[in-house]
Amino acid sequence: MAQTAVADSDTGPSLTELARSHGLTKAGRLPRLPEYTRQLWSYRHFIAAFANAKVSASLGSTKLGVVWQLLTPLINAGVYYLIFGVLINTKQNVDNFIAYLCAGVFIFGFTQSVVQAGSQSITANIAMIRALHFPRASLPIAVSLVEVRNMIASMIVLVAIVLLTGEPVTFQWLLLIPALALQTIFNTGLALFVSRLISKVTDIRQLIPYILRIWMYGSAVLYPVTFFAERIDGWQLALVESNPMLIYIELVRHALMENVELATSAPLLWLQAAIWTVLVGFGGYVYFWRGEKGYGRG
Amino acid sequence: MADQRQPTVIADNANIVYRIYGSVAPGANSPLASLKRIMTGKKSAAVREVHAVKGVSFVAYKGEAIGLIGTNGSGKSTLLRAIAGLLPVERGGGIYAAGQPSLLGVNAALMNDLSGERNVELGCLAMGMSPAEVKEQAPGIIEFSGINDRGDFSSLPMKTYSSGMAARLRFSIAAAKKHDVLLIDEALATGDAKFRKRSEQRVRDLRKEAGTVFLVSHSEQSIRDTCERSIWLESGVIRADGPTDAVLKEYETYVNK
Repeated sequence: MAQTAVADSDTGPSLTELARSHGLTKAGRLPRLPEYTRQLWSYRHFIAAFANAKVSASLGSTKLGVVWQLLTPLINAGVYYLIFGVLINTKQNVDNFIAYLCAGVFIFGFTQSVVQAGSQSITANIAMIRALHFPRASLPIAVSLVEVRNMIASMIVLVAIVLLTGEPVTFQWLLLIPALALQTIFNTGLALFVSRLISKVTDIRQLIPYILRIWMYGSAVLYPVTFFAERIDGWQLALVESNPMLIYIELVRHALMENVELATSAPLLWLQAAIWTVLVGFGGYVYFWRGEKGYGRG
Repeated sequence: MADQRQPTVIADNANIVYRIYGSVAPGANSPLASLKRIMTGKKSAAVREVHAVKGVSFVAYKGEAIGLIGTNGSGKSTLLRAIAGLLPVERGGGIYAAGQPSLLGVNAALMNDLSGERNVELGCLAMGMSPAEVKEQAPGIIEFSGINDRGDFSSLPMKTYSSGMAARLRFSIAAAKKHDVLLIDEALATGDAKFRKRSEQRVRDLRKEAGTVFLVSHSEQSIRDTCERSIWLESGVIRADGPTDAVLKEYETYVNK
C-alpha cells in the first residue's frame, strides 16, 4: 500500500492494477445472487413506496380514487352476468355458472394485468433507471404488489358473488389463501421474466395481447374445464391440463364452491401448482438478475 | 503533491458504445428489406452503433472536484453514467470506483404525478435510506430546495412545478446523502442566483466529507468556482486534463476558433 500515485505517467503500474490495489470495485459489476437478494431486501421500503406511488399516480386524476379498485371488478362481473347470465342464459352443465365464470375471469385477470404492467416496468421507467441506483427487480416486483391490491379488491367482490349465488361457507374456503399466495409468486416471476424479455426484444410487446388471449381460451375461463376432456385426449389434453392458469383457477373454484368438476384430483392440482410456482418464480428471478447491468442501456 | 493520495475513480481505456434500434435510412426498414434480412440471416441494419466515449483513461483522487467540459454531444454525460455503473463499458477496459457513485442530473426523472413531498420520500428510499432516515431528512431537503418559499408547493404534484423548481428539488434530494463519489450533470446551471450559491456551498461541503465530485457544466463560472481540475472531452476523446485554468483557456481558444 505504500505507493505514491504515479498514474499520470504511462510507465507506472497499469490503471487496472492500481484500482485493484486500492480496493475499488468495477462499475457495473453483477452482484452474486445471494448478495443481490440481500440488496433487494434492503430496498423493500422503496418497493412498497413505489407501488403505493404507482397506485396514487394512476388513480390521482380520478374523482372516485380508490373506489375504482372495487368498482372495476364489480363492473367486470356485471358485464359477464349480463351476457352469460341474462342474454345467453347458459348453464353449460355447471351449477352456479356465474360464480364459476367470475372466479375464472378474476383469477386470470390477476395474472393478465401483471403481465401487461410488467412488460412496461423497465421501458417506462428508463429515466429513473438511468438516474438512480437500486436493484432493478424492485420495479417488476412493485408491479406485482400493485396487482395484489387490485386482486384483493376483486376477491372481495368474488366472495360476495359466491355467497349471493347460494354457496355455503366451509373450512375449504381457507384454501383460497395458499392458492392466491402461490399465484402471486408465479406472477412475480412472470413479471420479472417478461420485463427483461421486452427490454431486450421490444417486438414481443406487439404479441402480448394475442398470447394472453390464447392463454385465456386455454385456461377454461369462459367455459367449464370438462370442455377439453370431451374434445381432445392423450398428450394434447395433458398439455392443456398442465396449463398453470387453468390449475390456479381450478384451485380457487375448488376452494370457494361445492360440486365443481375438476380436471384432476385436488392433491394433484396442488402439486402441479407448487411446481409451477417454484419453476416460474425462481426461474424468472434468476433470468432477470442475469440482465441486471444492461437495463440502463435501454 | 507527493503525499499519498487515495484514488476514488479510475478509468482504464473505457469505451462506451450505444446501440440504437430502428433508426435507419429510409427504405432499409421496409417490409421487403426486413424479410430479406431475416431470410439471409444478416445482422440487422436497423442497429446503429454510436461510439460515444473512446478509450478514456484517468485517475481521480479523494477530495478532488473535477470539471468535465466539452461541446454538446462530446460524451460528458455518457461518461458520468458509465462511472455510475448505469451504462456498461465495452470489453477491454473498465471503470473502477470506491463505493457506489451517485449520479445527479437535471433529467433524473421522478414521478411527476406525485407531490414534491412524496417524491422526496421515494427518491431517498431509492438512494437506499431507511424510512427513519427519510423522516428525519425530508424537512431539511424541502427547506434546502426552497420550493416552499412562495407558499406550500411541496404538497402539489411535481408536474405543476417550474423547471427550475423541479431541478432544485432533485438536486436537494441527491445532495442529502453522503456520497463517496458524486456526479453532477448540469444541476448547478438551473435555479436562480440564490440557489446556485447555496448549491455550490453544498458541493463544497460534500467534498469536505471526503468525497470526490465530478461536475458537467457549460457554465465556465461554476466550473471555475468549484473545480480545481478539469477534463476536456471532445468527440469521446480526452483533449486535455489538468488544472482548470489551463484547460479552460485551451477550450476557449478551440470554441472561439
